Amino acid sequence: MPKRIITSIQAIGHRVIDSIWRLGRAARFFALVLLKSTTSFLRFSLVIREIYFVGVLSLIIILVSGLFVGMVLGLQGYETLQKYGSESAVGTLVALSLVRELGPVMAALLFASRAGSAITAEIGLMKATEQLSAMAMMAVDPVARVVAPRFWAGVISMPLLAALFSVLGVFGGYLVAVVFIGVDEGSFWSSMQNAVDFRYDIVNGVIKSCFFGVTVTAIAVFEGFDAPPTAEGVSGATTRTVVTSALAILGLDFVLTSFMFRGVD
Amino acid sequence: MQRTIIDFWVGLFVIAGIGALLILGLKVGNLTSYNTGESYTLTGNFENIGGLKIKAPVKSAGVVVGRVTDIQFSLETYDALVTMAINAHYRFPKDTFASILTSGLLGEQYIGLSPGGDEEMLAEGDKIMKTNSAMVLEEMIGRFLFDKAAED
Repeated sequence: MPKRIITSIQAIGHRVIDSIWRLGRAARFFALVLLKSTTSFLRFSLVIREIYFVGVLSLIIILVSGLFVGMVLGLQGYETLQKYGSESAVGTLVALSLVRELGPVMAALLFASRAGSAITAEIGLMKATEQLSAMAMMAVDPVARVVAPRFWAGVISMPLLAALFSVLGVFGGYLVAVVFIGVDEGSFWSSMQNAVDFRYDIVNGVIKSCFFGVTVTAIAVFEGFDAPPTAEGVSGATTRTVVTSALAILGLDFVLTSFMFRGVD
Repeated sequence: MQRTIIDFWVGLFVIAGIGALLILGLKVGNLTSYNTGESYTLTGNFENIGGLKIKAPVKSAGVVVGRVTDIQFSLETYDALVTMAINAHYRFPKDTFASILTSGLLGEQYIGLSPGGDEEMLAEGDKIMKTNSAMVLEEMIGRFLFDKAAED
């Protein structure tokens, strides 16, 4: 009996030590990527190629989701606000919730599942098929040549995607509230412009999405690089990328929000 | 895929993203209303500002003419010293009345200016002498109950 207790305690300890090791590896890998980023900026065409795969190909899902999220917000906001006779505030509601929260967060979640998983799978498969080792054999540093351009492409794309998400969302809210339901157009825009502050709301939203971009792509490239070089390992790493990114985004969002928006100004 | 096509799409993507930021700033946000032209500052002492906040609008006849820039507690008079930046287009007479009003029943509070009939105009740094405090619900209820009790 005591032996079973000891082994189960050992199992817990093993897991904890393992995850701490992994965290340390991730941090060292992140520092390595930053150190070896010079190549990506000297040969910027590498980054541009990755921005195409990471950013441009994510556009459709980001734009369509943004439009629908905005439309739903407009509809639900109108539904509730009209009970208090303040349906003109629907513009404020849509714009503030998109610019502050939903734009950065939803765009980052979609980005993690659309682009993050692709980055992990690609790097993981390159490792499994020993392409990375082959590069190292040819004295081409895989971190500088493969990982860093993908990392910077994600970091550059994320704020742009989040801004596009917010704009399409505001347009969706406008479409539902003004065009379909018939809220007054002037009060829709003016109440929005009165409430949304450039420095306080929009810049903070952009800062948020920059943080999310770094987090998601760092997780994606690390999971890909760290994946066991088997088919199973790559699939597990892809899943972990999406799950870890989603949790990291939501957790980080709370931390950032509590620093940025304290209710009083 | 060809290099030029990728470059084209990425360029388009970056332009669209930056354009989206601009739209957010100009159409959704208040970047347009920032520093539109010159402004001059006025101050006023209020006995009680209620829930007035910095950046609250200053309105006259319902038109936004300026913003509250600073709220301080004055140790000399033991009341609130409110500083506001008024758009230089709008000039107000010396005997303008400033009161803290609420938009709607539950709306935000703002400063309402009702112009008087003086020939002289308020200038940079002047103090508005006639002010009216914010309406505080508790005080009003208290006064109402007191009046009721006095009637009986």
